[in-house]
Amino acid sequence: MTDDDTSPTTTGRSASPLLSLRGINKTFGAVRALSGVDLDVYGGEVVALLGDNGAGKSTLVKVLAGVHPADAGTITFKGAIANISTPADAKALGIATIFQDLALCDNLDVVGNLFLGRETGGFFLSEEQMEEEAWGLLRQLSAKIPSVRIPIASLSGGQRQTVAIARALIGEPAIVMLDEPTAALGVQQTQEVLNMIDRLRSRGHGVVLITHNMADVMSVADRAVVIRLGRNNGDFHMATTTHADIVAAITGAVTVEAAATGVDLEGISV
Amino acid sequence: MSASAPPTKTRLDQQDERIINATDGLRGALGSTVSRVRSGDLGAIPVIAGTVVIFVVFQILNQFFLSPANLSNLLTECAALGVIALGIVVVLLVAQIDLSVGSMSGVASAILGVGLTQAGYPLWLTVLIAIAVGAVVGLIYGASFNYIRMPSFVITLAGLLILLGLQLKILGPNGSINIPFTSPIVEFMQNSYIPRTAAYVLAGVVAGAYLFSQVRRRQRRIKHDLSSASVLSIGLKTAAALVVLEFATWYLNKDRGISAPFVWFVVLVVIMNIMLTRTRWGRSVFAVGGNAEAARRSGINVNRVYISVFMLCSVLAAVGGLMVAGRLATASISSGVGDTNLNAIAAAVIGGTSLFGGRGSAYSALLGIIVIAGIASGLTLLSLDASVRFMITGAVLFIAVAVDSLTRRSRQAHGKA
Ligand SMILES: Nc1ncnc2c1ncn2[C@@H]1O[C@H](COP(=O)(O)OP(=O)(O)OP(=O)(O)O)[C@@H](O)[C@H]1O
Ligand SMILES: [Mg+2]
Repeated sequence: MTDDDTSPTTTGRSASPLLSLRGINKTFGAVRALSGVDLDVYGGEVVALLGDNGAGKSTLVKVLAGVHPADAGTITFKGAIANISTPADAKALGIATIFQDLALCDNLDVVGNLFLGRETGGFFLSEEQMEEEAWGLLRQLSAKIPSVRIPIASLSGGQRQTVAIARALIGEPAIVMLDEPTAALGVQQTQEVLNMIDRLRSRGHGVVLITHNMADVMSVADRAVVIRLGRNNGDFHMATTTHADIVAAITGAVTVEAAATGVDLEGISV
Repeated sequence: MSASAPPTKTRLDQQDERIINATDGLRGALGSTVSRVRSGDLGAIPVIAGTVVIFVVFQILNQFFLSPANLSNLLTECAALGVIALGIVVVLLVAQIDLSVGSMSGVASAILGVGLTQAGYPLWLTVLIAIAVGAVVGLIYGASFNYIRMPSFVITLAGLLILLGLQLKILGPNGSINIPFTSPIVEFMQNSYIPRTAAYVLAGVVAGAYLFSQVRRRQRRIKHDLSSASVLSIGLKTAAALVVLEFATWYLNKDRGISAPFVWFVVLVVIMNIMLTRTRWGRSVFAVGGNAEAARRSGINVNRVYISVFMLCSVLAAVGGLMVAGRLATASISSGVGDTNLNAIAAAVIGGTSLFGGRGSAYSALLGIIVIAGIASGLTLLSLDASVRFMITGAVLFIAVAVDSLTRRSRQAHGKA
């Protein structure tokens, strides 16, 4: 599957951002999980969202998914201010999310989970059509799932992750956010997910990828946004950045203030 | 994956080489049942086995137990409480509980008694009022659960007392109202049986409907390139269903036949089963019971699901209360008190609906209530009083919950929790 083998530059990227966050704040009790975070996602671009454990990456994704709304800040989607306060809002905008905890219903089967909240059919569900589409999607991801009619609970960790990924691809979302999607995947499945991310980009979708695997970042991302302790700590174009620069930003060896005069660091420009 | 697949090609759902038994045909169906049971998904097997044991024991102790007259009566007795248990099944599916169904049914029977006699309302109006009261009560439960975040057992425990007070208030100082025997609801609950010939036809129609749905399903699955049950297995299952249904009809027809209230209850169960398994609403009920947060994240309006479920449960409790009042031709302060609550909840659990949410079926109301009514009837025949009945029903409930908890543990051990 090498249908789009252009190097990860910004060739196909849209002129203006699909999604743009400014000054996002989120506190949990006494914990300030996000303070003043900015993020732009362009169509046809893969943004890697990087940071150490507890940096606030998943929290940012959940804000965009409507799981817990931001306390402050603005979200602009396709040029218009958007209000994302429920998961249904995010779904209506076309923002699909693969959560770190997968958020699957163990008692439902694979088909039930894939189409949860967007079942096909009229008053009666068309199970057969969903099942056929499910197989198509899973094939695309080289999923190794023996049956789509067994409860999710009886699948392996990687199989469950594949189901969660397949679920995000249903309904042509404008933006796909993947929170550590390859953490439990085998070699071939990881490669398929990276290929799929590539395909999403070439079809003009915006992709946000969270991962701790720098090799994946280097191979698939166009841009890397680093979050450190709930704040932005750098926005790197992969074409002009080295691995070491990014690691330095993640670990805090270099902070935004200190690097303001640096060469590799690009401020966020709108 | 072209649209017109040649028939020799492996079906979409059978391409994984690890699938040992093809799901086509009888052997496939049997094989997958065995492996389901092995991994702790017992389904209806414990309750069916238990029912057989209980019924055989009672038959040995008293020859009259399995007589057409007693069975016919037993099924009629099932209907009212079964409708209440059906509501409990739906609440349990979202991992909540309603402890006030007994009082709710008592309120409904009080409304029926007062409405038909003192107020002189027509039957349809009193029925409508009782159902509306049920809907409002369920709405209040759902709203308190969603917006105040009270645990449902506390909400409905408070509701139990309030509804009990309301029941006494409606009945007034007499405490007991006789409903005229001429009222259609009494006629329906006490003396309506399906005419003998019509019952045979009905049994045939049910088997035909089963055949039709299976054939349609097979056609749809073939159209979508999926494996399907063989014509032979569909034919055998239909034939088996037809034989069992016609035999049961013949046997019950030796006495008074199949009672209309029981048929009404079964119709409600079948409708509920279709709603739960074939509609969006049903899917969201199971999703909320399995993982409410995941359901919320996939855009399901979880609050609305809870409200619909509590309302449905209270409305079904009201309908059950109306049926009880019709059956006894009276509404009194003792309607719905005592063991109504616990029997309805016990029936749902004994029938195989999990207390932990997300697992169960509308049919568990039917199965569970037959067990409970069977125990009551058998002990009455043995002239044992309520004390023994309570203890035995309690023991059966204990066993049912133990089975539920153990299968849950087994599922966890198999990584299927
Ligand atoms: N629901 C919550 N309630 C309270 N605190 C939370 C909640 N979710 C996240 N936090 C806190 O917010 C901070 C950021 O957490 P987050 O899950 O976003 O980290 P992360 O960057 O995704 O880390 P990881 O790489 O480990 O997944 C942490 O300090 C965490 O304790
Ligand atoms: Mg995280």
